[in-house]
Amino acid sequence: MAAVMPIPAASRVLMSGNEAVARAVWEAGVKVAAAYPGTPSTEMLEVISTYPDLYAEWSVNEKVSLEVAIGAAYAGSRSFCCMKHVGMNVASDALMTLTLTGVIGGLVIAIADDVGLSSSQNEQDSRYWGRFAHVPVLEPADSQEAYAMTLHAYELSEKFQVPVILRMTTRINHVKGLVTVGERGEKASAGFKKDPARWVMTPSGAGKRIPLMFARAEALRKEAEASALNFIEPGSDRRVGFIASGPAYMHVKESFPDAPVLKLGFSCPVPFEKCRELAALVDQVVVVEEVEPLVETELKAQGIKVIGKEILPPQGELSPNVLRPAIARLLGEPVPERQSTAALQVFPRPPTMCVACPHLGVYYTLSQVRNLTISGDIGCYTLGAGHPWNALDTCISMGASMGIALGLDKGRGEADKDKRVLAVIGDSTFLHMGMQGLLDIVYNKGNVTVLLLDNRAVGMTGGQDNPGNGRDIYGEDAPRVDFAKLVEALGVKQERIHVVDPYQLPVLFKTIRDEVKVPEVSVIITDQPCVLVKDYHKLKPFEVIDDKCTGCGNCIDVGCPAIHVTRRGKEVKASGREVDLAFVRIETSVCTGCGLCVQPCAPNAIVHHVPVSPIKLVKGCGV
Amino acid sequence: MSENTNILVVGIGGQGVMTATEILAEAAITLGHDVKKTEVAGMAQRGGVVSSHLRFGKKVLSPQITPGTADVLLGFESAETMRWQHMLRPGGITLMNTAKLVPPVVELGLFDYPDDPIAEIRKTGNKVVAFDATSIAQELGDIRLGNTVMLGAIADHLPFPAETLLDCVLKRFQRKGEKLVELNRQAFAAGRAAVGAAEAALA
Repeated sequence: MAAVMPIPAASRVLMSGNEAVARAVWEAGVKVAAAYPGTPSTEMLEVISTYPDLYAEWSVNEKVSLEVAIGAAYAGSRSFCCMKHVGMNVASDALMTLTLTGVIGGLVIAIADDVGLSSSQNEQDSRYWGRFAHVPVLEPADSQEAYAMTLHAYELSEKFQVPVILRMTTRINHVKGLVTVGERGEKASAGFKKDPARWVMTPSGAGKRIPLMFARAEALRKEAEASALNFIEPGSDRRVGFIASGPAYMHVKESFPDAPVLKLGFSCPVPFEKCRELAALVDQVVVVEEVEPLVETELKAQGIKVIGKEILPPQGELSPNVLRPAIARLLGEPVPERQSTAALQVFPRPPTMCVACPHLGVYYTLSQVRNLTISGDIGCYTLGAGHPWNALDTCISMGASMGIALGLDKGRGEADKDKRVLAVIGDSTFLHMGMQGLLDIVYNKGNVTVLLLDNRAVGMTGGQDNPGNGRDIYGEDAPRVDFAKLVEALGVKQERIHVVDPYQLPVLFKTIRDEVKVPEVSVIITDQPCVLVKDYHKLKPFEVIDDKCTGCGNCIDVGCPAIHVTRRGKEVKASGREVDLAFVRIETSVCTGCGLCVQPCAPNAIVHHVPVSPIKLVKGCGV
Repeated sequence: MSENTNILVVGIGGQGVMTATEILAEAAITLGHDVKKTEVAGMAQRGGVVSSHLRFGKKVLSPQITPGTADVLLGFESAETMRWQHMLRPGGITLMNTAKLVPPVVELGLFDYPDDPIAEIRKTGNKVVAFDATSIAQELGDIRLGNTVMLGAIADHLPFPAETLLDCVLKRFQRKGEKLVELNRQAFAAGRAAVGAAEAALA
């Protein structure tokens, strides 16, 4: 993204939590910011890259992004790194020793927890990392706090020479609220000073640093006790007091405006004395936190009497809707009833692949090949597990399709001896964490066919650039990885590497069918771009000749959302078997002419759409 | 809580639900309100369900609208408008586009699209005003004007003047030329008129 003139200081603007953090990163004088895209964190780095006077990069994975940020902080510059919750699992190897070396320039790591699972494979609580690595955790409750706490986090980071975690959730990252912004302050870089005892972590070095880490943790607890980010609102209804952090604080304030509340903005280390102070004010204390009972458990260990997950759910988002009945029950009051209408039952509307998505050809083909076990991965192509393809059998973590495929191969029992193992992985996921897995398959002589779906984008998060498409975060040219050469260098035989156009179904089908029979590792690379990125070019749309359509439904099995059923029928075959018929039309205003549906159409009923004058077509189509 | 206005805008990914809500938010800000806007949009770009919550007033705490407290439900698609009826407060109003966007799971024969969504909503006792925003936009020459038609539709159901919202809509198109500004002005007016006519017919 190109740099733009930042909004002037003292402006009050509507910003998402992600935008607010980006602004604060710029104002804090950060020199280096790195990330790998991941919902709901992605926009932080996208927006940072629009600010001048700093360096931003899409890194190949979260571990590398954190390491880049660590290097900049060692060099004495302020740095920033952000990721979704599961990204920290990848980056944690670096974090767990970073906590021993500490930093010189301030380093803030924003971790976005997908509480409520809007777009993730699990719902883990990143506040654990604060405990595990003994580093402070700040938890904003809205955009203004996300902005202010990011600025504060840099002060804290430099004061204690410690990386600081900014723990966000979807309901912070993606909520827009009003933020008053400030000026950018330039920070001079202290410069890298050689100090092997500190920067080269060996067993003896680490042994000396661990006591320093624990001493720092104690100092941080004192800091949290005194921090203005942790404050008590005394309230007037002393029956129940609340200890709350993040968006949960807003829900508590909304639900119980008169209750005493201890707001934890600096929530790790937990300020026990402040919690005792609140407890002394009220009859009972309820800890309201998303999602795990972390503060609750620590307070109980301290002998402070609190209630938490006994009455609140350990999964999903909290809301006034959850809190009010739980507290009413606790107080033995009648549970407030809502007067709204009951929810009406409507079909589910799961996310679909886009019209003309190159993955449609791949999954249509996979749905036509028998005897496959398909190890999947994380990206748009995870949707291949759904209808109509049902052509993906596992999905667990970034890059896992490789190792799991090898395990399925090596661990196969008698029941699976005729099954072929196939792995499906996208370009960016392959570069993120799949390469090592493929190397492992090659090295250990696995019998796996790998489908590498190169659509030149990190599709699911919005088509970000990556080393696979030859552009950097600023949209400028960057070296583009050559996937065929890369997999060959990992040891895949040249004759087992195929680059195939996923819109050419017969070629794709034959290549897959042939390669799964070969008892060694093959890699089939598909090479058409994501329809959402600028590399994609629309073609002339298609339409269905109504009286030629036989209702066979073959085209529907492609799964393209541009195909709609106009009427249904039944036909009795010569064998006496009754089959369902579905006659179709193509929504020409969205069809981009990929031609996938044309290929399985037996009666050749799908032809190029000829616009009939004088109907005006939607711009951008029909060209 | 009742001093805040709660507006729920629903539809499917790609329809412009989030942009419409953003413009509503901008209008509320110009009047000095505190504003929060939030989406439940899992992988929204892929044709999934989108519901965008807008809350404004003196001070907004929770960004989400609690079920049973939405003042207005602006629906971009018929079945989606049905899906969120439980969010309305008693006496709240539904303003809905009659467009039906049928998802692949229905085309595959796995689920049915409701025959008459408006009737289903009426059965709940909730007030519903329906209009064909897509056709209105097509008549004006560009289906993409549908978003502005939808904003025109809600303009007389807000606690501030319709002109405030219109100004925010047109500001978005200023840089793109007078012709587009004029088209959007017409689309906004057409949306207002369509709701006005539909309400008059109900009365």
